[in-house]
Amino acid sequence: MFVARSIAADHKDLIHDVSYDFHGRRMATCSSDQSVKVWDKSESGEWHCTASWKTHSGSVWRVTWAHPEFGQVLASCSFDRTAAVWEEIVGESNDKQRGQSHWIKRTTLVDSRTSVTDVKFAPKHMGLMLTTCSADGVVRIYEAPDVMNLSQWSLQHEISSKLSCSCISWNPSSSRAHPPMIAVGSDDSCVTYGGKVQIYEYNENTRKYAKAETLMTVTDPVHDLAFAPNLGRSFHVLAVATKDVRIFKLMPMRKETATSSGPTKFEVQIMAQFDHHNSQVWRVSWNITSTLLASSGDDGCVRLWKANYMDNWKCTGILKGDGSPVIGSSGQPVALSAAGGSSALASQNALNGVMAGRKKAQLMPG
Amino acid sequence: MGFVWGPGDLLAYETQYKPTGICHCPFVHVVRKDEDIYSPILRKLFNESHHIFVGLQNMKDDVPSKNKKHQYVTHVSKNYRSVIRACMEETHSQLKTASDIIPRWFECMFIRQVSILLAVELIWNLCEVLFIEAAPAGSLLLHLLDWVRLHKADVDEKAQEVLQSECPAEHQAYWDVTVCYILQGRIDEARQILLKQASQQPAARVTFKLMDSLLMKMPIYNPGGTQTLTEFDVKWRRWHQECDRCLQDNSFASHPHLELICKILVGDEDTLLEQREHLSTWYHFLVTRLLYCHPTVKPTELHYYAQASMDMFLDGRSAPEPLDSILLAAFEFDIHQVIKDCSIALNNWWFVAHLTDLLDHCKLLQSHNLHFGSNLREFLLLEYASGLFTHHSLWQLAVDYFDHCPEFGRVYLELQIERVPLDTERKALKVLRICEQRQMAEQVRSICKIMAKKALRNNRLGSALSWSIRAKDAAFATLISERFLQDYCTHGTFSDLDLIDNLGSAMLLSDRLTFLGKYREFHKLYAEKQFAEAARLLLSLMTAKIAPRSFWMTLLTDALPLLEQKQVIFSADQTYELMHCLEELTTEHSQQLTTKIELLRLALARNLALAIVKEGTLEA
Repeated sequence: MFVARSIAADHKDLIHDVSYDFHGRRMATCSSDQSVKVWDKSESGEWHCTASWKTHSGSVWRVTWAHPEFGQVLASCSFDRTAAVWEEIVGESNDKQRGQSHWIKRTTLVDSRTSVTDVKFAPKHMGLMLTTCSADGVVRIYEAPDVMNLSQWSLQHEISSKLSCSCISWNPSSSRAHPPMIAVGSDDSCVTYGGKVQIYEYNENTRKYAKAETLMTVTDPVHDLAFAPNLGRSFHVLAVATKDVRIFKLMPMRKETATSSGPTKFEVQIMAQFDHHNSQVWRVSWNITSTLLASSGDDGCVRLWKANYMDNWKCTGILKGDGSPVIGSSGQPVALSAAGGSSALASQNALNGVMAGRKKAQLMPG
Repeated sequence: MGFVWGPGDLLAYETQYKPTGICHCPFVHVVRKDEDIYSPILRKLFNESHHIFVGLQNMKDDVPSKNKKHQYVTHVSKNYRSVIRACMEETHSQLKTASDIIPRWFECMFIRQVSILLAVELIWNLCEVLFIEAAPAGSLLLHLLDWVRLHKADVDEKAQEVLQSECPAEHQAYWDVTVCYILQGRIDEARQILLKQASQQPAARVTFKLMDSLLMKMPIYNPGGTQTLTEFDVKWRRWHQECDRCLQDNSFASHPHLELICKILVGDEDTLLEQREHLSTWYHFLVTRLLYCHPTVKPTELHYYAQASMDMFLDGRSAPEPLDSILLAAFEFDIHQVIKDCSIALNNWWFVAHLTDLLDHCKLLQSHNLHFGSNLREFLLLEYASGLFTHHSLWQLAVDYFDHCPEFGRVYLELQIERVPLDTERKALKVLRICEQRQMAEQVRSICKIMAKKALRNNRLGSALSWSIRAKDAAFATLISERFLQDYCTHGTFSDLDLIDNLGSAMLLSDRLTFLGKYREFHKLYAEKQFAEAARLLLSLMTAKIAPRSFWMTLLTDALPLLEQKQVIFSADQTYELMHCLEELTTEHSQQLTTKIELLRLALARNLALAIVKEGTLEA
């Protein structure tokens, strides 16, 4: 069912984020010890740390990989109010032998006046674009016009969301049917402002991002959000980690006139809501095909959620803090027992029996 | 506590300890689901069943009659089952041969997997009998008997032992074997073995003869025969009554074993239940009971008998296990329940995906309208194939499964195939071929771009260039051509000559690339001493503005040896052009390389003079 292995991460303080690269062969971890570590998976499946370096002068909150089309590029953001972009350079041959690689800083983005809480690359079809959000509520979108020169980034958009931001998520869909869309979550504990999740959409005419929707039903602080991969659907699916796990369905409504200039109006439905964690939910993440959602919470467990073919969402697994599954919980698959069924026959016997049957015993006596 | 998904269904997460003052070294746990696909045992199963699956999908409607189709589907079902059995056998033999070498936990895993395969084959076989063969009353029981016999074959082993012993009739397992034969309805074999006993006890000859005649007269339904079911039923009841009479007038009272057998023949429930050990499972009990109480059972009546049998057999001694509920659901002809229960109980989707696909081909599934895929079959196939994709070699099988999922197969494949790690060129080419065959242009472009970027990082310019050509990425091709030219300027030679020489029409992807190709062509012509051609090409590179300005100096320098030749190569007009180019250069740039420019001017002037003279001279 689940097999877990542990890697001693060697960070000197709490780890705040772990990020896989696109192909799942490399991993980056970042920590309050102000450093980022990069791990490579060998052919035998072992993880080795191939780089470790100090990245910021404060806790590093998040780290993320760019699409491999742009090379081996990482971005990190930190409490020290900056975000940085790093590129791996091919080292000397003796470095390679030692299994080490070097990462150099290509740029530091210093526009934020407060702690930068999240950094994400935009979907690759938009070019090489980086987004940050800060505790003062400003979301910044940068672009590197020349993908070969990672030291040149220009600030393309600044969005003031008026609420302290904690997380952002891009809609990964590259379909021309909808414009680029980004969701911003806030962990502001102030209750006067209603919705803690805001959706911004790019407008071709004004060339700006405008707010398209606020999810008013989310009133508690949001710690994480994630758009699901689109799969060619006409609607969007967004998972939100707040005091519980919520999955929203956003259906774009038809624009009345062809020249309608405002952002798309959405009909928002809640597809599922789970409070199994019984505590704050910190992370939500989709698998590649958006068939499984995982969430983690303050109860120290990771839960997996799956929709069956009738579109009913259920929990299909629970993992404890050390990776071991929780046995006997509802929804946990139970392996089939021996072929003997309800009898007490050992499976070995049944096995022997069946095997013997392959050679038909000759009965004709002498 | 946090976590992140990895592409390969891996889940890595970190632990955040509450700051209680104790700061352990934080761990990252890598968790993997569906470890079954990594099992070497099942790999063969996946490969072979993939073969069968593809064959089934490609079954055209050129199979004319419904009957033929039915036969074909049954044949496919048997194929699947034989693959399962082959898998079990191989595992079993591996276990036997290497039993002392393999570690204990490995052995346990093997045994566990084999037992699951056994269960799977049992269920599949039953589904085949009930749903695919869909035998009517009469033959239904015969099929069920076969089913039971196949899965309860330890009798044969025991029988061998008994028969090969010195005195079979005295063997301690003799009666066990005999009773088992009767329970399984193997009448002929029972008669044979009873003969042995009969010959040992001449005194009881009459009793044995009576038993033998009863057994001989037992009617067995022949589906291909002329006898109708009703006729058979009548005959059977008469025989049943005869057996009962024998019991009533204590014909076998002197011989407890024979009496037992007679009670079984009569279908006495209590007697049958006493044979628990020989029956070992409630479904064996069910089939035996049907054989001796109601051989003309109809499919629709099965579920009643099944539930009752299970209750009687288990009798509160043990709770029904998942396997039992699945079999019961099958007897109730509730396909959806079978599939649902199997999905829950089994670790991977192999079984339900293939079985559902097969049943769908029999048009047995009524589709609900689903969100994932348009029906249950597609949902299960997508799940199964997605699971395969995480494996480093089995992912190729998954491609075919996605191909046969009409609604979501393509988009799933697009998402998954992008994530296949491109460790080697060969693997990348494999992935590319799959994408190209399916016109997944964006994925092709992306993969080529990733490979090009990787090659460039490792300074393998030739590889980078060929990948960017394949990606049709003009910008990148320009960049790499620049690098080539820079290299030439510094080193004086080109690397990857083969590639540049054979660019062909790919040259046209970008201007710089065209220049690179043509420039190389110039070098080749020069080497082959085709000076006139070379000269013409060189000039055209500048006049047609194919060459970048920055390179003109180099080109003009290349022209020098041509100018210095004894024979006149550049015509007067051409020389004027060259001079013009030189002037353009010098007016634009500052006074660098003055010596070179002087040299050029001198050479050009000399050439001009010679050219004019040559052209002015009449050929003698």
